[in-house]
Amino acid sequence: MSRPRPPAPRGRPGFAARLRRDWPLLVMTAPAALLLILFHYLPTLGNVIAFQDYQSYLGDNAVDSFVQSPWIGFTNFAELFSDPLFWASLRNTLFLTGFQLVFFFPVPIFLAILLNGILRPKLRTFIQSVIYLPHFFSWVLVVTFFVQMFGGAGLFAQTMQSHGLTPPDVMTNPHTFFLLVTAEGLWKDMGWGTIVFLAALAAIDQSLYEASAADGAGRWRRLWHITLPGLRPVIVLLLILRLGDALSVGFEQFILQRDAVGFQAAEVLDTYVFYHAIAVTDYGLGAAAGLFKGIVGFVLILIANKVAHRLGEQGIFAKS
Amino acid sequence: MTAEALDAVATKPARAKTSSIKRPAWEEEPTPAGKVGKGILLTFLVLAVAFPMWCVVVTSLSSRKTIDQAGGLVVIPRGFDPGAYVTIFSGGQVARAVWVSLIVAFGGTAISLTTTVLAAYGLSRPGSLFHRPLLFLFLLTYLIYPGLVTKYLVVTQLVHWKNSLWALMVPSAVNAFNLIVIRAFFMNVPAELLDSARIDGAGEFRILTRIMLPLSKAVIAVVGLFYAVGYWNIYFDAVLYIDDNNLQPIQRLLQGYILAGLSPQVGMSGSFSVMPPTLAVKMAVVVVAIIPPMLAYPFVQRHFTKGVITGAIKG
Repeated sequence: MSRPRPPAPRGRPGFAARLRRDWPLLVMTAPAALLLILFHYLPTLGNVIAFQDYQSYLGDNAVDSFVQSPWIGFTNFAELFSDPLFWASLRNTLFLTGFQLVFFFPVPIFLAILLNGILRPKLRTFIQSVIYLPHFFSWVLVVTFFVQMFGGAGLFAQTMQSHGLTPPDVMTNPHTFFLLVTAEGLWKDMGWGTIVFLAALAAIDQSLYEASAADGAGRWRRLWHITLPGLRPVIVLLLILRLGDALSVGFEQFILQRDAVGFQAAEVLDTYVFYHAIAVTDYGLGAAAGLFKGIVGFVLILIANKVAHRLGEQGIFAKS
Repeated sequence: MTAEALDAVATKPARAKTSSIKRPAWEEEPTPAGKVGKGILLTFLVLAVAFPMWCVVVTSLSSRKTIDQAGGLVVIPRGFDPGAYVTIFSGGQVARAVWVSLIVAFGGTAISLTTTVLAAYGLSRPGSLFHRPLLFLFLLTYLIYPGLVTKYLVVTQLVHWKNSLWALMVPSAVNAFNLIVIRAFFMNVPAELLDSARIDGAGEFRILTRIMLPLSKAVIAVVGLFYAVGYWNIYFDAVLYIDDNNLQPIQRLLQGYILAGLSPQVGMSGSFSVMPPTLAVKMAVVVVAIIPPMLAYPFVQRHFTKGVITGAIKG
């Protein structure tokens, strides 16, 4: 683009010059930025209705209703925190997050190491192609597959019944529900989760292995002293992100199965908001829960990042 | 394994036919027990994905008699009966739901790709006006959770998209992660190329369409397919925003068909009541719901490794 005026001799050109130069870029960014402002940041700010007795019928649209609705201080939070169902859903959420952190999170790491050890490229590509696939299925499909396999009329129940056995009640048993959702999650995303670890494994300097093997380190020592340290930055990064997301444990998965196993086992924070706020139009309460979740998540991610820095890791954002 | 392992994943170079496997000289042979264990584990994982899909496809193509004999899902195919597919595509709910999902998938992908690619280009030049605050605006979406309720209020009571397919296509159109991936590709294009185009008098839009897009066709195709699969899989947004039975996407229908026995009422109003179809028809709907991701998959698979890594690093 030809410049109408020679730029200032030193430093950056002035605002007007930059505007004249860069306005096409701004125009191009605008649609996406406006979408984010309208559907991401406006709802974020809108969470102040947590301090209101928000009623949709008061105005013609959400903003008008917001202006008309009375401010009630912390009443919604008081209601939320005195609701035993809220605490139950929070407990379920944290329990599932903790359980999956131990029994889900490490699986892709092991699987990636296993895949990395396959020497035939074709075999490896084949296995990867198959186990990545369920990532592209919707939760409705994933749950459908589990129902068809393990449900009351599913394949395993049929097979067991035809052999005179009583099939266990897997899909509707609230006591084993945490195992079921973890199994579903693993089936869907365990393969996909290996990608980032495989990339990290490929980036490890192979001469390290050779040198340590020459020094007499066996395969387990190499795994412990070379492979795992090589994966550490990625593991820490994903752990931080997972921690920041500690209060979400998959949403559709729970909405789909909540009624089958009962809310005592399957109510998580998100489904609580859905059933106790949106479905009954108690929006102020739902915003209070959303605000609680957002703030806790944000604080957790900051803490985790800080801890990562302490441990000498890079974390998600630089120290600066 | 060498450092080109990543490329082996992504592009799968043709190997010489020699069946001898190159194991580095320093690496010891695995123990027989280890080999068997690995083999069993990996076979199990592959079967865990392939077996249910096999059963679903076979059942959807089986006659009523075969299904009755099996007492449920058919594992070993006997005969071939496409009746279930004839039933669902002869009209009615399934055909309509497929149409709705196709409209959402194509429309949504078009909206998402247009806005994402334009913004990726708009943000690809560090030092341009408002570059940092705008980039921050996009990256911050990773960290800030807007909340279910207020987004619902904006969609239903500010733009008034209750029972409108726009509600499925627009509010989540821009994914910051995808934007960063495309932006990274744009930023890798040599500056000389852009300078020469500029000297020839090309404006920004022309540079984007004539230089950037042809150079990054692959990554844009992959991001587009990711978007398309996401739109095809839309379920909960439809629970939130669509009450009209004629506008339900395929995932809602599938939930109504298959999980009806499992969880009778999902959704706030107007439970999605359906006549109980035969098992073959149910399984045919499952197959229909799987086909688009399966079609997209080979294209995505070739490229996603790179895309995911770029996003992970830059994000």
